[in-house]
Amino acid sequence: MTDHIQLSNSALSAGPDDLSIVMRGVTKIFGPDPQAALALLRQGKSKADVQAKTGHVVGLDNVSLDIERGQIYVVMGLSGSGKSTLIRHVNRLIEPTAGEIVVNGEKVLDMTMAQLGDFRRNRIAMVFQKFGLLPHRSVIDNVAYGLETRGVNRAERLEKAAHWIGIVGLSGYEKSRPRQLSGGQQQRVGLARALAMDTDILLMDEAFSALDPLIRSGMQEQLLDLQSSLNKTILFITHDFDEALKIGNRIAVLKDGAVQQVGKPEEIVLNPANAHIEEFVRDVNKARAIHIRTIMEKGVFEPCEVAMPADARCEDVLPCFDRHEWVGVLDDAGSQIGRVRARQVIRALARYNGQP
Amino acid sequence: MFPELIDTRPLRRAVDDGLGWVVRNWGGELEAAAHPLLVLLNWIERLLIATPWWLFIGFFVGLAFLATRNWRLPLVVFLGLVFLGLMQLWRDAMITTALMIAATLTAIVVSIPVGVGMSRSERARHMVTPVLDLMQTLPSFVYLIPTVMIFGPGKIPALLATIVYASPPLIRLTDLGLRNVDPAVMEASRAFGTSSTQRLFGVQIPLALPTILAGINQTTMMALAMVVIASMIGAGGLGYQVLQGIGRLEVSRGLFAGLGIVALAIVFDRITQAYGRRLQERIGVGEVR
Repeated sequence: MTDHIQLSNSALSAGPDDLSIVMRGVTKIFGPDPQAALALLRQGKSKADVQAKTGHVVGLDNVSLDIERGQIYVVMGLSGSGKSTLIRHVNRLIEPTAGEIVVNGEKVLDMTMAQLGDFRRNRIAMVFQKFGLLPHRSVIDNVAYGLETRGVNRAERLEKAAHWIGIVGLSGYEKSRPRQLSGGQQQRVGLARALAMDTDILLMDEAFSALDPLIRSGMQEQLLDLQSSLNKTILFITHDFDEALKIGNRIAVLKDGAVQQVGKPEEIVLNPANAHIEEFVRDVNKARAIHIRTIMEKGVFEPCEVAMPADARCEDVLPCFDRHEWVGVLDDAGSQIGRVRARQVIRALARYNGQP
Repeated sequence: MFPELIDTRPLRRAVDDGLGWVVRNWGGELEAAAHPLLVLLNWIERLLIATPWWLFIGFFVGLAFLATRNWRLPLVVFLGLVFLGLMQLWRDAMITTALMIAATLTAIVVSIPVGVGMSRSERARHMVTPVLDLMQTLPSFVYLIPTVMIFGPGKIPALLATIVYASPPLIRLTDLGLRNVDPAVMEASRAFGTSSTQRLFGVQIPLALPTILAGINQTTMMALAMVVIASMIGAGGLGYQVLQGIGRLEVSRGLFAGLGIVALAIVFDRITQAYGRRLQERIGVGEVR
């Protein structure tokens, strides 16, 4: 491909090599004359001002993101914050007004329509809030759809589709029609359809938002489970802060089309950048957001009777205090690097509740 | 009285002379262009007349059974067709059916591409919609007279008039069906890298098929509604019987032929509708919510 930009060749800058998706100054304005509105926006006018003056809606306002390979990157925002607009820029379902988007080292905006089709067929898969299944096809033909557009022969694509249907737990439903399935099952079909593409990048647009809470939580766990073996780059959109904390390696908070804060889940919980984010944080289950690594007593102690990995969250260690005073903290290799006790956990939770 | 501000006579003369010029200079070419339609119509007509009555009845009863999987509709179809036979209207009914089928087939070939074009371009839609309004509201005699002048009385003007009258609902419903396909499904298909042609044939048309079939049903009904007028210019068939009944003040002849048209309409309407419902059930309207 001609428009391959070399973010990666320099051995000195190992950093960009790990970047799967890069957005730089991406701005999207909806309306008949976006350039005029863009000029106003560049002068520092707010989204509301631009809308009042020109009638144009600012979808995204100068968004820059660096999404590392193998991460689950969550973009969180309320409705109207531009998060669905944002994710559609990655595979150019929406054309930006300004900015640059690089996926796997390729400039998405420089692609011709043919190259873009190729890119969508081979490099990137997507899961939708409203599922977007083809109602006139059976489950297995839906899952095989992406492979079909890629031109994979029938026997091979059905075999792959059957494999992924099994993995998402829908074996036995191959011949069903989407409408015969529940919402959760339909979204499993959507997920299997995207996974069957076997792409490095998975876009998930509020994929679990339309589901019942219990089913949603089950799907979240299944996604984390799958991710531990697949190691894809997942861009996940949600309006649910709890969901963002649960599955995100990194979270970007979006408001009025602009990025408010980017960080690890606990960074955002512990240090919300502004009042808007603080509002989310206030209602959040902090026991889920805070890892014991951040509150442990570091040092060498005698081994504790129970131990947890450093990535464990406060809610995971709480039950241990029923029987034990100390819980050991283990690094990836399994050696104890510190310990926590109930008081530290309680202090951490209480502090971030805003009490003295 | 509205004052006479302009003299319309030259305008009218110009229109009449223009038509005369077309007839003189292009009559032969236009007739040759429409010839394939005549071949199609004659072929269908010969086929239907050559088909034994029991085979024809058996075919449509079977079709009705396949569409509904119970015996009510096949019984209705059977009674309707037997009525035509008993009343000695079989041959006329075949001629009328042939005209209807030929008009419907031509309308499908012309209308679906036009509907697709309308659904994809707002400009095409703005241009075609008034033409459709005109086709549906302009009294058919107004365009029958020039077509008879060009093609001479006979089957071609009858067929053309029927096509003009019967196409608009199919065009409109094709456009509507394609536009109403769930945008979420279309977007998903786009995200998987399909071309717009792949989306049209793989997603839009299959999902719009029940609506398109409703359009075909409307087209068959409107084509049957035209048979009396078509028979005035030489189409023959049941419409001609009605016309003769009126001319000779034979109420019974007009009544029975008229009921024969109704019987045909019921047969074709119920069968196409039943297929539409089956298709709709299979696809599932308004699913994935």
